[in-house]
Amino acid sequence: MKSAVVVFPGINRERDMAHALELVSGTKPHMIWHAETELPDVDVVAVPGGFSYGDYLRCGAIAARAPIMEAVRRHAEAGRHVIGVCNGFQILTEAGLLPGVLMRNASLKFACKVVRLRVENAETAFSSAYEAGAVIRTPIAHGEGNYFADPETLARLEGEGRVVFRYCDEAGASTMAADPNGSVNHIAGITNARGNVLGMMPHPENFVEPIQGSTDGRGIFESLVRSVAVAA
Amino acid sequence: MKARITVTLKTGVLDPQGKAIQGALGSLGFDGVEDVRQGKLIEIELAEQDPDRARESLDAMCQKLLANTVIENYRIELA
Repeated sequence: MKSAVVVFPGINRERDMAHALELVSGTKPHMIWHAETELPDVDVVAVPGGFSYGDYLRCGAIAARAPIMEAVRRHAEAGRHVIGVCNGFQILTEAGLLPGVLMRNASLKFACKVVRLRVENAETAFSSAYEAGAVIRTPIAHGEGNYFADPETLARLEGEGRVVFRYCDEAGASTMAADPNGSVNHIAGITNARGNVLGMMPHPENFVEPIQGSTDGRGIFESLVRSVAVAA
Repeated sequence: MKARITVTLKTGVLDPQGKAIQGALGSLGFDGVEDVRQGKLIEIELAEQDPDRARESLDAMCQKLLANTVIENYRIELA
């Protein structure tokens, strides 16, 4: 699986993302600066976490209009995979590649901890390595992860199985207490209609090898490797 | 030509910052504050002198970048 990691000024998780991609796929990702207009020939584009352009205006808003994003859009339109994590998720919604928006956490607090997610749909290119209903642990670190979409969009997301991950407690129940940011329907990650673009607030790239405390996030990258191999 | 753009969250969208301000006003003893909404003010200076053309251009700026119309409204004032 060949991949590229898009790098914006203010991004700080690009090396974590590159490390996870290389660890799981065995191939070193290309690092692509935001001012570029073309992507190399890759299967997967990752938009990592951080604080692109200092989160000025709205988080992800300026990055979403950066020159490289046209190439990311073409990549997605060609049916190839895009994964956005944290600020990457915010950028993909601002770019219109995913519906909805990430608002300020309902608590107004920056949330930095390990949370649990339930795998709602294990039949996507990003989740097939998990069992449906599996509860996994992932770190989060964000101030604006409160997912919001209008009722019509939300009904479509839920109805089409596009909610891939939902915040939950140890027992797998989605409750307000288990939701770190107040997201509507406790949504942590969604795909686009075609299923080739995923956005999620938690950081699976930080739980891919035992030294990080858990390998629960590895399944996302393994799913991608598997999905790319099937498509080839 | 100077323009002032006010971006606010749409009615019904939770505004946690507004809520926090409302709470702080209450604790300072200002009674009867029924709701607070916080927004953004963006001032822009344009070379354009024609108000219609300026407004058109500002509207495009709001649609394309300055506001996220999923959750925000915007208002344009020309000075």
